[in-house]
Amino acid sequence: MKEIVLTVKKTLNVPVECSEISPSSLAGKTLDQIRAMEVWEGNRRNSLEDIFNIKEEDGITSEDHALRIVGDASIIRKIGYRMTGGSITIEGNAGMYLGEEMSGGSITVSGNAGAWLGSKMKGGTIEVKGNAGDFIGSSYRGSRKGMKGGTIIVHGNAGTEIGCWMRNGTIRIKGSSGIFPGMHMSNGTIYIEKDCSGRAGAQITGGKVIIGGYVPSILPSFNVEEVRERVKVGEEKITGPFYVFTGDLNEEGNGKLFINMAKNPHLKWCEEYLEL
Amino acid sequence: MNELQLRNGTVFDPLNRISGERMDLAIRDGTIAEAVSSKAMVIDASGMIVMPGGVDIHSHIAGSKVNSGRILRPEDHEKDVEERTSITRAGVGYSIPSTFTTGYRYARMGYTSVVEPATPPLKTRHTHEELNQIPIIDKACFPLFGNNWFVMEYLKEGKLEECAAYIAWMLKATKGYAIKIVDPGGVEAWGWGRYLKRLDDEVPHFAITPREILRGLCKINKLLGMPHAIHVHTNNLGNPGNYLTTIETMDCVANLASSGKPIIHITHVQFTGLTGNSWLNVGSGAPEIADYVNKHDHVTVDPGQVIFGDTTTMTADGPFQFLLHKLSGNKWVNVDVEGETGAGIVPFRYRRSNYVNAVQWGIGLELMLLVKNPWKIYLTTDHPNGGPFTSYPKVVTWLMSKGARGRVLAKINKNARRRLDLPGIDREYTFEEVAIVTRAGTSKSLGLSQKGHLGIGADADVAVYNIDANSVDPSRDYEVVRKALAKAAYTIKNGKIVAKDGEVVATPIGTTYWVDPKVSNDLMQQTTTSLSAKFEDYYTVRMANYPVEESYLKSPTRIEVLAEV
Repeated sequence: MKEIVLTVKKTLNVPVECSEISPSSLAGKTLDQIRAMEVWEGNRRNSLEDIFNIKEEDGITSEDHALRIVGDASIIRKIGYRMTGGSITIEGNAGMYLGEEMSGGSITVSGNAGAWLGSKMKGGTIEVKGNAGDFIGSSYRGSRKGMKGGTIIVHGNAGTEIGCWMRNGTIRIKGSSGIFPGMHMSNGTIYIEKDCSGRAGAQITGGKVIIGGYVPSILPSFNVEEVRERVKVGEEKITGPFYVFTGDLNEEGNGKLFINMAKNPHLKWCEEYLEL
Repeated sequence: MNELQLRNGTVFDPLNRISGERMDLAIRDGTIAEAVSSKAMVIDASGMIVMPGGVDIHSHIAGSKVNSGRILRPEDHEKDVEERTSITRAGVGYSIPSTFTTGYRYARMGYTSVVEPATPPLKTRHTHEELNQIPIIDKACFPLFGNNWFVMEYLKEGKLEECAAYIAWMLKATKGYAIKIVDPGGVEAWGWGRYLKRLDDEVPHFAITPREILRGLCKINKLLGMPHAIHVHTNNLGNPGNYLTTIETMDCVANLASSGKPIIHITHVQFTGLTGNSWLNVGSGAPEIADYVNKHDHVTVDPGQVIFGDTTTMTADGPFQFLLHKLSGNKWVNVDVEGETGAGIVPFRYRRSNYVNAVQWGIGLELMLLVKNPWKIYLTTDHPNGGPFTSYPKVVTWLMSKGARGRVLAKINKNARRRLDLPGIDREYTFEEVAIVTRAGTSKSLGLSQKGHLGIGADADVAVYNIDANSVDPSRDYEVVRKALAKAAYTIKNGKIVAKDGEVVATPIGTTYWVDPKVSNDLMQQTTTSLSAKFEDYYTVRMANYPVEESYLKSPTRIEVLAEV
């Protein structure tokens, strides 16, 4: 199989909307057809070759289509929109809405990714080696339909409101996150390996948010339930020990917060409620 | 001179008793003419149906609540985007489209006049700002009076004539068209934490009952000589068993009727036609309501037909929206408009598999099919409460084809299917009946004598649909009908082609009708003097700053009526 390589050929000054770039939408097209595909650069309708140098390279063993983007794509939006399979490798940064509504395949970013990474995602995997923005795996503004399946892994830090309205799937942040992780989530798992700026799990009705590092405080609408030694993230068992809180009581929710005990000595006060 | 001739169309013009005749239609300078010269532009309408332009009697298209709905629902915009063309502007929104898009979408379906049926008087300036922006169609709006403090005070004190003068002043101040009543007294009572469930419950602090409000406003409507009846959204909406309230509401003004003219219009009956006493056993009260409507000439109704799918509910009935928010868990907006009314907005998804939603869907259709006289019922979806107005073609196919509704029936909740009478109803609408419920009947009800028909001198608002009435059997070929109705072959507005084959080709601005009832000078003077003091006491706005100037409307048309007082 061949790999299609897109190299960003100019400095982009205005956002580019590339909902056409995904292995599934390029499948079956000739190189010339791909070059002529339509993208929006700001308010201008351009073709793909106005933005990229496009060529094919050999050497892919996989059955699926593969796509590689080289260069700074940090203001290119909606790469991998609704992709169903294959792979995208981005050597550089990616813009907002990467992997929006994707249902299969994999995306790897060597640099950073923008906000709404994997928003409304249904399946597949996204891995970002750098940092990612706000609203990872969340719903569109106003909608109740967040991420439904798949896995998002961010090696760096993440912004605020990750997993907003999340319905299933896994988000794993190896660094720290901003405020409101798991806002409104009903199912699924969010694992923040380091610190969280606070207000974790606001208005969650189900699912779990695991914080391996420091969190300034727990929302008052959560009950402390127990102390657990380990918690499962997929197949993996993460060792704690963890305080387990349930809530959000404002929503009569049954979501769970797992907060690392050792990193949060200021939460020791809650232990007295555990005896009851 | 702007002349147009439509040749050989199959014309359905119920008000002039033309039903499916092949004939030519002449248009000169925006009105229907006897004949045109040989220079007229000719449209070949052979094999097509020609009807007057559609007239929608109840569709929430403009005003502060519509706009709040837009703000509340970015996700509704995202899923429905229209790009601009050289003629039209870009727009967004599925259940609450932006102003320009609203006009385009109506024009594409062959609709040329639409009424915004609920505007809080204080916020009507906003409503007119949006109506000004909606292109092509003619418009009007109904100010809300059912929970107005002044109205309740006047009626309680028995000052019917002063109240009539006040309403005349308000209609002029708001450039409104008719008296709209939403949950009479109920929204005010809810402001004090109470629910009015019955027509004889008292509104706290006003010591007046919904029955008294309805009867009072109905008498005033007659005193003022208003072109339209009182337009009523009943009490107790959205509660099982409320079909009795609906019948009681219709009956409470029965003895005020004279001359067989309708004096009350009950709107979106689908929400107020529920039997049963809990959500588990709700059923359709449509047969009972239809029976009442069939036996009484003082009442007209519309169904507010439910369309399965996602929509945005918005009404001045704050209590009902609170209930819906509690039932659905969805986000909501609630507003209290000082001394006048309230309002609420909740996004909602009607599901086929949901028992209650499926029953609601059935109630609307049962009502449309069981009311025998099509002049007493009008097609609405209570846009966007039951579903967006763009679903009208679909609703028409359900009315015209037992097979079309059977296809949906097969997929709805099976308990609902078992409880509904709908599967056993064989009636199928004819094109003439469709023309009545979508244009002739509504324009007659609104008293717009120049609309809804194609007689000489009528406004040249014409819809041409690509349906061959001879070969197309709507009962079987309902898909053909639906597609043709969704994209009119031609929509003509005031003699100008505005849409062709479902594409907008011109965007003139339509007029906004408003009613100016003339009451005697003495009475008006006396009332405004006392009103001015009331404004000082109750409003954050001075009386002088309250009215919307006529110059504020882009293209107003004043309809003067002579009041009896």
